[in-house]
Formats: sequence, C-alpha cells, structure tokens
Amino acid sequence: MAEPRTLFDKVWDSHVVERLPDGTCILYIDRHLVHEVTSPQAFEGLRMSGRRVRRPEATLAVVDHNIPTSDRSQGIAEPESRVQVETLERNVAAFGVPYVPVLDARQGIVHIIGPELGASLPGFTIVCGDSHTSTHGALGALAFGIGTSEVEHVLATQTLLQKPAKNMLVRVDGMLGFGCTAKDIVLAIIGAIGTAGGTGHVIEYAGEAIRALDMAGRMTVCNMSIEAGARAGMIAPDDTTFDYVRGRPFAPQGAAFERAVEYWRTLPTDAGARYDRTVTLDAGRIAPMVTWGTSPETVVPVTGTVPDPSAEPDEARRAQMLRMLDYMALAPGQRMQDVAVDVVFIGSCTNGRIEDIRAAATVARGRRVAAGVRAMVVPGSGLVKQQAEREGLDRVLLDAGFEWREAGCSMCLGMNPDKLAPGQRCASTSNRNFEGRQGPGGRTHLLSPAMAAAAAVTGRLADVRELA
Amino acid sequence: MMDKFTTLTAVAAPLPLANVDTDKIIPARFLKTIKRTGLGVHLFDTLRYDANGAERPDFVLNRAPYRDAKILVAFENFGCGSSREHAPWALLDFGIRCVIAPDFADIFHNNCFKNGILPIRLPRALCERLMEDAQLGGNARLTVDLERQVVVRPNGEELRFEIDPFRRHLLLNGLDDIGQTMQHAAAIDAYEARQHAERGWMPAITAA
Ligand code: SF4
Repeated sequence: MAEPRTLFDKVWDSHVVERLPDGTCILYIDRHLVHEVTSPQAFEGLRMSGRRVRRPEATLAVVDHNIPTSDRSQGIAEPESRVQVETLERNVAAFGVPYVPVLDARQGIVHIIGPELGASLPGFTIVCGDSHTSTHGALGALAFGIGTSEVEHVLATQTLLQKPAKNMLVRVDGMLGFGCTAKDIVLAIIGAIGTAGGTGHVIEYAGEAIRALDMAGRMTVCNMSIEAGARAGMIAPDDTTFDYVRGRPFAPQGAAFERAVEYWRTLPTDAGARYDRTVTLDAGRIAPMVTWGTSPETVVPVTGTVPDPSAEPDEARRAQMLRMLDYMALAPGQRMQDVAVDVVFIGSCTNGRIEDIRAAATVARGRRVAAGVRAMVVPGSGLVKQQAEREGLDRVLLDAGFEWREAGCSMCLGMNPDKLAPGQRCASTSNRNFEGRQGPGGRTHLLSPAMAAAAAVTGRLADVRELA
Repeated sequence: MMDKFTTLTAVAAPLPLANVDTDKIIPARFLKTIKRTGLGVHLFDTLRYDANGAERPDFVLNRAPYRDAKILVAFENFGCGSSREHAPWALLDFGIRCVIAPDFADIFHNNCFKNGILPIRLPRALCERLMEDAQLGGNARLTVDLERQVVVRPNGEELRFEIDPFRRHLLLNGLDDIGQTMQHAAAIDAYEARQHAERGWMPAITAA
C-alpha cells in the first residue's frame, strides 16, 4: 500500500523532473502567466544569452498592473506605463508568447483571467511573477509567485529549482452565517494564525464551509494565502471545480475533458495523510470582518472595536499597534462601525469577479453612495465587465453613484493613476493594507465586496447585515 | 550564460558600513525600469550624488582608483531590506563581481549568485584587515581565487573562505541557474514525453 499523500504531495510528486543531491528538485511548470512589470528583465536576459522560450504554448501574457482603468482606446498617457506595455508587446511578438492585448475583451488581472479562460487547471503547476498567484490554487493547482530571475528560468526551461514545502491543513467546519462571505473566512483565518502563520507551508483549505463555496469564493480564500505567509494555498478539486472548468476556451474539450476529470478525481488528499500542522475554525462563529491596522492580521468583526494597545503585554507588539493606530488615525476602543470612509474600492484579484460585483450591486440597488464618498468598481477582467453589463449591474451601480471602470489592478496597488490621497480612508476589497499601498499616506480597511458596498452607501464601516 | 568566475585581481572599494540595505544600493525610484543593465549609474545613488545630481567627491566610488573597483568590502548584514533583484543588477552593471562582508541578508545573497556575483563571508576581524588593504587604493589590489577558495591580500597573506560547493561549481563554470538546469535538458524532454503520454488531454495555449 502506498503511503497516503496530500493534494500538495500528489501535485508536487507528479511534477518532479529530477531530484538533485542536496534535495532541490527540478520542478516542471505547466502554466506560466506573464505580466508587464516583472517580465522585461527576464526577456532581456533571454536575449542576452541567446535563449528562446521553451514552451510558448504553456505561457500566457497580459497587461494589468500599471494600466489606467479609464478609457484606453486612445493609448496610455503615462510614459512609464506605456513603455512597460510596449516592451511586453515587443517581447511577446519576438518570442512567440500568446498575449491578451489591452484592448481585447479578455484582458484583465492575470489571476482573474487565468481561471476564467481555462488556462489554469486542476493538478497543474502554475507560476507568475506575482505573489498572488496563490489564487489559482482554488482549482486544485499548485500555484505560487516567483521573482524575475525565476521568470527567466521558467521561460527558458519550463522548470524551476525548488525545495518541497510543508503541509498545513486549515479546516473550516460548519456553515457561514447570513451576510458572511469567503473574504470573511480568509480574513478570520489570517487573524487567527497571523501573517507568518503559514510560513514554509502550502495550506490546504478544507471542511464543510470551504466545500460549500463557489469557485469565486475559493479563489478569494486561496488568493490571500500569501497574506498568511504561506507559499501557496490549495483546495481539492470536486464537481464545483469541474463544472467551472467545463467549456472554458483553453480547457480540454469533449472526450479530453472527461479524461482530465478522471485524472483530477485522483488528486484529493488520501485518508490518513499527514499534515505538519492543522488549524480548525468554526464558520458559524465568523462575522463580517474588517481590518483596523496596517497588516492583514489586524482584523476584527465589524461589530467590534479598535483594540487597546495597553492591553498588549508584549512591548514590541504594543509599540507596533501604537504606530498602526497613529497611521490609521484610530483610537483604542473606537467602534469600527463609527469609522467614516472617503473612498470605496471594489475590485482586485481578491474580489474582482462577477460574483463579487453581483454582491456589491445587491447592496447598492436602490441606494445612493453617501455624500462625499468616492466609490469605484473595477471589474477584474473585460469579460467580467461584459457579463456585469449584460446583467444590468453597471446601471445599478452607476445609478447608485458608483464609478464603473475598465479592468486592471487599479487601486489595489496604486501603480496607475488610481491612488488614495494622503490621509484618505478607503474601504477596499483588495488584499493588502500596508502603509501607502493604495497611495502614499492612504489608509486601507480590508473587507468583502458586500461590506464595501455597505460602506459606500452609509459612508462608514457598516454591518452589511443591517442593510438587508 | 554568465561570465565565469575563476580568479579576480582588482581594486577593492572600502565601504565600512553595516546594514547596507537594498534601498541604499538602489533606491526604489529606479525600479520602474524595463532593463537590468544601465543601473550602474544609480548604484548607491543617495550616497554618490548630492541633491543636484552632482557627484559627492568624498564618496569612495567617485574617487580615482575605485571607479574601476571590481570588489567591494563592507560590514555586517549587507543587502538587507527589500528583495529587489535590482540591487545585484546595479552592482554588476557598475562592475562589481565580488562583495566581501561578515554576513549578508539571505535573499540578496541568493540573488548575487543568480547574477554571477560572488559574495564572500569572512569574520569581522578579517574584513577589517581587508578594509585597511582596500583603503590603500590602486597599489593594493586583492586577488580572489574561487578555485582555491582564498582571498589573497597585497602582502601575500591568504584568507580562506567557505562557499556552497554547488554555487561554487556554477560560478567556476559560468553557469547560471538556467545554464545548470539546461544540463538536465534530456530529463526535461523525457518528463514532457511522459506527461504527454499519460496526460494527453493537456491543452496548449495556441492563439490568445
Ligand atoms: S490586483 Fe493587486 S494583488 Fe492582484 S495582481 Fe493586481 S496588484 Fe497584485
């Protein structure tokens, strides 16, 4: 009888090309996603060494990080963004890499379009020069972010040099309560295990609450594995996964799809497989969550209050909390629901899918964005945007006073013109609330799309359950 | 393919500082570049230039013999801070092939090897001696012999250093990680053939 293995073990083992004497493995990469910011030096390296891209047909390039989300049909005004986009276009043409151009309806955030187009599949190894590559783990893939030298390594060899990670199980039992979402699950997990809780591990998410999530929710959870310090996050593929993948343009079709499903059904963790670490949570106890500080682990239920640093025994932590409160301009004991916001951002690879926009529109329907609040909705891809428009969600949001923009990373990282002004406070569906992440001096509260919409229409961090 | 690293005899620039972070090596505002070459002019930008962009004459790399330095001697925790690969790119573009310090930040240390730069760890006391040598300028060159794992001082004294044998092999043969992996091309070909046979349903991205 073979040793029982985890989902991660199985995907890892089936991609080891060769194990080197010191334990490093040459790991085969099935899918390489490429974007404009971390790829130019990698292509330059290939050119300087006279190398080619080993498997262009396993590679997909798109622009997302620094493009504007306003009308792009007249080109990109910002010179540095334009140069990075033009450089990617030159590189994909020179090396024969499949590319989704900026004006293509399928353009969008790399971690949205990979699954959406069927380029990311169960059991695959997937890499991209971006830490939120963990998103694709929702399909039951091993997906992780890499640096620029590694981007070049994958382009040239279709492999990476890697050492295996440890296995961690995060089991979420029970069912989510009313008004709670995948985003609240993952924020609760990060709050429980901390931003270093997953270091050195690949997290497998399991349990009744995870199984009950649709693919969009699973992607939201896996997306933020990196905020829990993990190398990657994974969810075992099941019928929800297969139904999602079926018929997508780059997925196998017809008989090939059926053979693929047969293989994918062998991937879930065997009974009795060992995890190096296990954490369990009860979904029934999770409330809509919001962050109060400048690290994703600084999270409380929206019904809660800003924690009091004087209650923190550890001196270094206390000092850090004080610094965060100072930066966030919050006082200990302040009710989260009293915190007023200036900007609302709905989008990013965490929450830029059609399900997220539906959730926001449900709250926005028949309401108005509060006076003085700027609320923007940035679909994760052009296809998400089209779908939302077919469903009339753009009208619902526009009528409520939201902005409806073109697809891209946008205010998730403020590399394009969508930035917070110093001191502005933002309710954001993105994944990082670091100092200055959304613009120098900007203050970020992470929350779900429904909660973000609730913040937009009330002008404060409101409990979405009270708006229903 | 990287340039081989066997022996290097060159002027060493003394930088008697600890905790030289990657922001000091290359400030964040130069990261929007699309190239890894051409960053040498920005190496140590804030130390090297004043607010008007004029060279600070007292900074070591602005002085005559050290403009051609290929070795850098520094103190503890060299390369700490952000993981940007632009730091080794800037060093290399300036011409630095070897950094000697008591210890290095992990990611920077790793990134050096990926870019053909040899980082040498030597105890603080020995780094202080090399710092004195470096301060003598153009007449006191250091020799770094990777084959024999020694740094030779101008007075002939040899200082032995330790290095991961696999990393040493790559540098001596001018193999970057990619070149190294390419030596396993047959195994990659075999893997692809096996995968094709077992998982023939795997689709290709033919046209975007
Ligand atoms: S949306 Fe944000 S987190 Fe996601 S890829 Fe873009 S910048 Fe990174």
